[in-house]
Amino acid sequence: MPDRNPPISKLVEPDRVHKSVYTDEQLFELEMERIHERVWIYCGHETQVKKPGDYYTVQIGRQPMVMVRGADGKVNVLYNRCPHRGAMICGDRHGNTGEFFRCSYHAWTFNHDGKLKNIPMMESGYQGTRWNRDNPDCNMKQAARVANYRGFVFASLVADGPSLVEFLGPSKIAFDDICDRAPEGEVEVVPNCFRVIQNSNWKIFLENQLDALHPSVTHQSTGRAARDVEVQIEKKTGHAPLAYHMLSAFSTVTIDKWDNFQTLNYPHGHCILAGYMGLRPQDPDTLAYEKTLVKAYGEKRKEEILSTNIHHVLIYPGLSVQSPLQQLRAVRPLGVNKTLTEIWHFRLKGAPEPIYRRALAYYNLVNSPATLINADDLENFWKIQTGLGSDGGDWVSFARHYGRDIEKDGVLETGEGMGTSEAPMRNQMKAWSEFMARA
Amino acid sequence: MAKKAVRKVVKKAVKKTAARKVSLPAYKAGNYATQHAVEQFLYKQAEVLDAKRWQDYIDLFTDEGVYWMPADPADRHWDGIPSIFAEDKNLMTVRMNRVLHPDAWSQRPLWGTNHVVGNVIVEKESPNGDVVVRSRFHMLELRRDTVRHFAGSYVHQLKKTPNGYRIKMQRVDMTNAQAAFEYVLQVWV
Repeated sequence: MPDRNPPISKLVEPDRVHKSVYTDEQLFELEMERIHERVWIYCGHETQVKKPGDYYTVQIGRQPMVMVRGADGKVNVLYNRCPHRGAMICGDRHGNTGEFFRCSYHAWTFNHDGKLKNIPMMESGYQGTRWNRDNPDCNMKQAARVANYRGFVFASLVADGPSLVEFLGPSKIAFDDICDRAPEGEVEVVPNCFRVIQNSNWKIFLENQLDALHPSVTHQSTGRAARDVEVQIEKKTGHAPLAYHMLSAFSTVTIDKWDNFQTLNYPHGHCILAGYMGLRPQDPDTLAYEKTLVKAYGEKRKEEILSTNIHHVLIYPGLSVQSPLQQLRAVRPLGVNKTLTEIWHFRLKGAPEPIYRRALAYYNLVNSPATLINADDLENFWKIQTGLGSDGGDWVSFARHYGRDIEKDGVLETGEGMGTSEAPMRNQMKAWSEFMARA
Repeated sequence: MAKKAVRKVVKKAVKKTAARKVSLPAYKAGNYATQHAVEQFLYKQAEVLDAKRWQDYIDLFTDEGVYWMPADPADRHWDGIPSIFAEDKNLMTVRMNRVLHPDAWSQRPLWGTNHVVGNVIVEKESPNGDVVVRSRFHMLELRRDTVRHFAGSYVHQLKKTPNGYRIKMQRVDMTNAQAAFEYVLQVWV
């Protein structure tokens, strides 16, 4: 059968993308090879593995990996594979492996950095063969590079390329914003994560994250429902919990208000949706929290931290961070039309409990598997994936406010009153074609 | 591992299992009335859910009642921890209003459920008639063309009122919840 798809270089135009980018299985394999298995991918937070031997398994592209804390305190990222016959070493999603890894098939053992510790009958069975401790092929293979930015651990499966900080560029503000909001400058992960499967291509989720037009369409029902109850509670008690505001904002922040937001688009596909999240009411909880920040940082720095104007940071190709609410969603592509999201939230070290409760309310209401919000997104994603399989058209359009972006020092900004611009999607697809062009 | 060490580990594991042994309250003749009343209540609840009578379901709760589906079976208290559901009556009302909204897109396709409740054990009955009851549920859900199965256990803390039992706390430990979610739960299980 002749290939109906255009060549890779013709799939992405500045304002539109060919549908096969979302539906073609061969392209998916190539994406894993040229994007996910090359660039820096988020593995987890260092507080997921506090003690030596603590591990979490994680998928990078198509590779089953394991993030493990060594006895020396270092966090390693290894291929979850025994060099002997290829069995996975860790069958559980997380746990503690003790002083070493031990394969359940033939009891080969490995240190936390993957180095071979022992093979049963090493002397009698392997003398004169290629299998010995000096042969690196006898180790569990390490990720080519591992780096940690303020407690957030990333790995890259290739040795070459920009450092993590270079790769993140200005998008590293996601982690600075999360950590700086903590009086102690650090966060702690709250176990465990919610894992939600999307029956759609991984890019559809990322494109939705900074799409400021969709909330008032997709989430209208929940916004309205929450607003009704919020008003009732306000009438009764004079004050409704912030959780209701988080939900009602989906209807009260109308499209013209979203247009007051701004998107900032960076190299490598990273993007920021800048906009105030309404998390600074002058209530006793917030004021008490602000006091702890003044004590830790001084008045001026506190003000800088709390006026950081971020709604959402997207770190391409697999992380969506809502730093003002200390949560993130890591994207693990499972197939061309199946994607796993791992959703984590964090506690600000040194902040009063009510501030954690805000993050928790958002986590439970928006990000849980019984979410009142994402359910309708997942419905859209599935519809998109299914619709794109059709011959009713060949292109996906990202033309909203196309041609009106402002370029400043390599950063693409949307102009005033264009917060609902599709610039973030254009930027992601630009990065996609750059990554895919490198054989 | 040395044999001695293995024996120690096994002994420890056996001890741990023994400690987790569930309590089976001894039956007294008088308990049958309670058993019957509680079972009828649980069956009615299942019917209300399957009939999508959401307000009737919310009305089964006391004013301070909570519906809770923990994220982790080891969790002991609903407040202040990540949960799949942790809803008082106000939040339940938000969920109901949302599901009934014509633009709740994910709710538009045809869907229905069928709950079966069984293994009903009255754990505790207080002198004022309040009970703690454990049970198991199995729910079949049809959504579009897909049939899915959900199962798990309930713990109901029920308050005895002149109008029958009302739920102070419904804890739902859904076995499926320990795996990745291939779906999103939109109403109470």
